[in-house]
Amino acid sequence: MMWSWIPANWSLIWHLTWENAKLGVLPALYGLVISLPLGVIAARWRWFYPPVLTVINVLYAVPSLALFVTLIPAFGLTDTTVIIALTVFSLCVILPNVVAGLRAVPAPVRQAATAMGYGPLRSLVTVELPLAVPLIIAGLRVGVVSGISLASVGQLIGVSSLGYLFIDGLQRSFPTEIYVGLVLVIVLALVCDLILVAVRRMLTPWTAGPRERRTARAARLVKAAG
Amino acid sequence: MSFFNWAWDWVTTDANWHGEGSIPQQILAHLGYSALPLLIAVAIAVPAGAAIGHRGGKAGVVVSNIANAWRSIPTLGLLTLLAVFLGFSPLTWLLPLVVLAIPPILVNTSEGVAGVDPGVRDAAAGVGMTAWQQVLRVEVPIAMPLILVGLRTSAIFVVATATIAAYVGLGGLGRFIIDGLDSSQYGPVAGGALLVVILAVIVLALFAGLTWLLTPAGLRKQSRTE
Repeated sequence: MMWSWIPANWSLIWHLTWENAKLGVLPALYGLVISLPLGVIAARWRWFYPPVLTVINVLYAVPSLALFVTLIPAFGLTDTTVIIALTVFSLCVILPNVVAGLRAVPAPVRQAATAMGYGPLRSLVTVELPLAVPLIIAGLRVGVVSGISLASVGQLIGVSSLGYLFIDGLQRSFPTEIYVGLVLVIVLALVCDLILVAVRRMLTPWTAGPRERRTARAARLVKAAG
Repeated sequence: MSFFNWAWDWVTTDANWHGEGSIPQQILAHLGYSALPLLIAVAIAVPAGAAIGHRGGKAGVVVSNIANAWRSIPTLGLLTLLAVFLGFSPLTWLLPLVVLAIPPILVNTSEGVAGVDPGVRDAAAGVGMTAWQQVLRVEVPIAMPLILVGLRTSAIFVVATATIAAYVGLGGLGRFIIDGLDSSQYGPVAGGALLVVILAVIVLALFAGLTWLLTPAGLRKQSRTE
């Protein structure tokens, strides 16, 4: 470990961290934006979900490097290629959670909303989606954490990220660079994860206490059934 | 030309199917690089997961959180770090793939075993089964569908990620992708990517069959309706 390398390359490290954060977080947000309408449709019309789930399972089986490569003819060796590929992956982990979250809303709750005169849209936006937030965020966490980690692979097609430190470190047989990259990827992922946990607490103040443990268990089960 | 044209032309070129480093050779190598880390991960994660699930309580929450953080470890970083220190030793490619494969199997096994109906547990104890018999003959078989979902996720991850192992000089289908990228030949890049995707889809299908075979007969009907 050569500590002096870090301050000497501060601006490079900062630049790569920022790029990596962008390549990891943006796809998860895009994945969320696409998953919400699809998830609402899948939760309402049950026949829609099984075929979508099959497509998702197959897409999730595509190696990240292979997916980057398939997109190169269309988008070149650019950020767009990596962001589109990672959006596909995040969709695969977020959509099942949106569907599970909406389906887990107890029928009496929906009936109560109807009885209070809520239309389907108002019930969805003000009752069902908020109740599904813990599960949706559980999916988003997996999407962001694995996205940040996978973004480093983008370096293999020349898109700059913290993966640069791995590849440069290997070529120069200089472990310090690889240590810095590993630590930064993990720290970046954990920071984003903590932010999402804080967002969930803010959005769902009613889950504090013993009920939170129940939703946490449900979230883990969905992840497990993944 | 589109991705599929490139891939198809390359895959159907007869010369690529013969000689040193041919397609069949690299497919076999790829399967070998995938099978060994999976077996090691199963040998570690299934007993550990079963023990944690059998014990119950807070351990499940802890395991789930650790697994989420674990996901953030970038495989490429670990691979390059080991390559710098160990060179082309088998550990260099084995360890990152084992690390990648453990969390899904561990989480699903512990969740599956912890989720066994308490009534069934009591019955097993009631007919005089020892703790070992309860775990091996009741809890693990009942948790089998969930364990296999975890194993499938890990298998897909490993088959897909074994591609990156070519980056430190190994064989497998990643060889075509990495060498093609280096020499700016898009044919092998696209063809290699296509073969990895096909391999991953075959793995998905194999697991559908395996799930049916290893699920206790009494649980089959139940799991089909899920």
